[in-house]
Amino acid sequence: MQGTRTKDFWAGVVYAGFGLATMVLARDLPMGSAARMGAGYFPTMLGGLLAAIGLAAMLRGLRNPGEAVPRIHIRPAVLVIGATFFFAATLGYLGLAVALPTAILIAAAASRSFRLAPAPLLGLLGFTAFCVLVFLRGLGVPMPMIGTWFGG
Amino acid sequence: MDILSDLLLGAQTAFSFSNLAYCLLGVFLGTAIGVLPGLGPTATIAMLLPVTFGLAPETALIMLAGIFYGAQYGGSTTAILVNLPGESSSVVTALDGYQMARKGQAGKALATAAIGSFVAGSIATVLITFFAPMLSHIALAFGPHEYFSLMVLGLMASVVLASGSLLHAVGMIILGLILGLIGTDTNSGEMRFTFGMFELADGISFVIVAMGVFGLGEILSNLEDETERSTVKARITGLMPRREDFRRMMAPVLRGTGIGAVLGILPGGGAMLASFAAYALEKKVSHHPEQFGNGAIEGVAGPESANNAGAQTSFIPMLTLGIPSNPVMALMIGALIMQGIQPGPSVIQEQPVLFWGLIVSMWVGNLMLLVLNLPLIGLWVKMISIPYRYLYPCIVAFCMIGVFSLNNASFDIWLMGLFGIAGYLLRKLDCEPAPLLLGFVLGPMLEEHLRRAMLVSKGDATAFLTRPISAVLLLVALLMVVSILAPAVRAKRAEAFVEDE
Repeated sequence: MQGTRTKDFWAGVVYAGFGLATMVLARDLPMGSAARMGAGYFPTMLGGLLAAIGLAAMLRGLRNPGEAVPRIHIRPAVLVIGATFFFAATLGYLGLAVALPTAILIAAAASRSFRLAPAPLLGLLGFTAFCVLVFLRGLGVPMPMIGTWFGG
Repeated sequence: MDILSDLLLGAQTAFSFSNLAYCLLGVFLGTAIGVLPGLGPTATIAMLLPVTFGLAPETALIMLAGIFYGAQYGGSTTAILVNLPGESSSVVTALDGYQMARKGQAGKALATAAIGSFVAGSIATVLITFFAPMLSHIALAFGPHEYFSLMVLGLMASVVLASGSLLHAVGMIILGLILGLIGTDTNSGEMRFTFGMFELADGISFVIVAMGVFGLGEILSNLEDETERSTVKARITGLMPRREDFRRMMAPVLRGTGIGAVLGILPGGGAMLASFAAYALEKKVSHHPEQFGNGAIEGVAGPESANNAGAQTSFIPMLTLGIPSNPVMALMIGALIMQGIQPGPSVIQEQPVLFWGLIVSMWVGNLMLLVLNLPLIGLWVKMISIPYRYLYPCIVAFCMIGVFSLNNASFDIWLMGLFGIAGYLLRKLDCEPAPLLLGFVLGPMLEEHLRRAMLVSKGDATAFLTRPISAVLLLVALLMVVSILAPAVRAKRAEAFVEDE
C-alpha cells in the first residue's frame, strides 16, 4: 500500500501542518539575532524543522510501501471525549453530584458490553459518593457539589 | 565515609512514619495499577500528581517513585496469570510465566518474578548510591552549551531506542518541543501561541498532556478490542521456590539486573527494552533454548529483574542531570518543578534529604513489595477480574477531577479532551506519544540553554563543536542516528522489536 492513505502520508500531513502553522504564528514575534534570540527565533526554527520532516514523511508515504491508516473508531472517541467535554461544560450548572455520574455514564456507553443494570448503577452511586468524600471533603478541591441549576 | 552519613540521612528520612506510610501507599497503588491491564504508571502518576502538591517534596517523590517500580512488580502478576501484560514491560514475562502457570507452577513463577525484582531493585539502589553523586559532580562543570548538547543527545537516544520509525519519533519530539513553548516567554515576557487566551498564559501543564495522550488516548485504543480475560483458575500453591529453583534463577537475575541497570540509564531505554534484551540474552546463553516459551524459569527471572533494575536506574539521569529518560521521569521532573525544585546536578547538594531519602525509600519499597505481593496474591487475582468496562469510566472520572484541581479551571478539562483525541489519532498513525511528552517537558529548558549558549558565544554556533564535552555529546548523538540508518543495525533492531507485536 502506498499513496495518500498510508500512515506515513498522514503523519506527514500532521507534522507539516503543525510546522507551517508554527512558523506563520511565530511571524508576529520578535526574531532577534542568533546571539540575542527573540521570542520567535526558536519556534521558527522548530517549525521549519517539523515542516521539513512532515514533507519527508509525506513523500515517503507516497513513494514507498507502508501500512494504511487503520479504521478510526468514532463511537468510543465521541462518547469518551464527549463525556469529558460534557463534564467541563456542565460542572458549574449541575454540580459534581450530578455532572460526574452523568459523564461516567456517557463514557461507559462507549463499551460494547454496556447496558443499564441495577448493580453497576449502585456502584456508580457509590463511586460518586466516594469522589465527593475524597476530593471535595478530603482534599478540598473547589468544585461545587450542587450546581447553580439546583440552587447550589 | 561520606556515603555512610548520606545514607544515614536518607534512612532517617525514609523511615519517618509518614514517609513509610506514603511509600507503602505508593507501592500498593503501583502494584494495583501494574496488575490492571490498560492502566499504566504514566497515566496514574499524572492523575495523582495534583494530590501530591500538598506534601513535602521528598514525601511526594517517594510515593510517586513507589508507584513506578511497584507497577513493574504488579505487571508480572497479570502476565503470569492471564497471559496479558499488565504493564508494557512485562510483555516477555507472559511468554514463559503463563506457560509455567498452565503447568501448575503459577506460584513458583510469581515468586521468581518477585524475588528477581527484589534482588534487582536492591542492586540498582546501590548503583544509584554510588554513580548518581559521581555523575552530578561531572555535570556541575556543565555550561549551557553542554546542557544543550546533552539534551539533544537525550532526545536522540530516546528516538533510537524506541520502536517505530525514526522520522516519526523525531517529528513527535519536535511537536512536543513546540507545544512546550506555548505560554509566556520567560526571557521577553512575550505571549507565544496563546491565541489571546489568558488560560494559556502560563503554558499547558504537562499533567494535562500526559492525562490526555496517555490516560484518555490509551482508553480509546483499549476500547477497540475488548476481550474477556480468563485467569488461571487453579489455586496458587508452592509460592516458595525450592533450592534448585534458586540455583537456576540466580545467574539470570544477575544478568538481567546488569542489562536493566545499563539500559535504564539510557534515555528512551527504560524498563521495556531492558526486559526484551534480558530475555534475548537468557535464550542465547541457555543450554536448553528449546525450553523458552514453554515455561523456562530463566525466561521469567531475567526479564523481571531487568525491568525492575531499569525502572530504578532510570532515576539516575533524572536526579543528576535533570533529564528524563522516559515519560514517567518526565512527570517526576514536572513534580520537582512544581515543588519549586530546579532539577539538575545541584539537587544532590541542595536537597540531600530529598535525594538520599528517595534512594533509601526505594530499597524499603522493594522490601515492602516482596512482603506485600506474595501473601496478597489473592487480592491481586481478584483485581485482575475487574472488567475493563467498569474500570475505564472511573479512570476518566479521576482524570477529569485531577486535571480540574491543577488550576481549579474547567478549561483544563477541555484541553485534556483535545489531547485525548490527538493521542488516539497519533497512535493510529504509528506516532508514539512518549517522545512527545519528553519533548514537551524539555522544550522550555532546551530553548533556555540554547539562548544562553548563543549569548555566551556571541551568536557563534560553532561553539557547540569547539567545546570538547559538548562536541563529544553531539558526536555520540550523531553516531546514534547514523547507526540506526545503517542497514545492519536496522535489521537487528527490527528483529528485536518483532516479538513486541
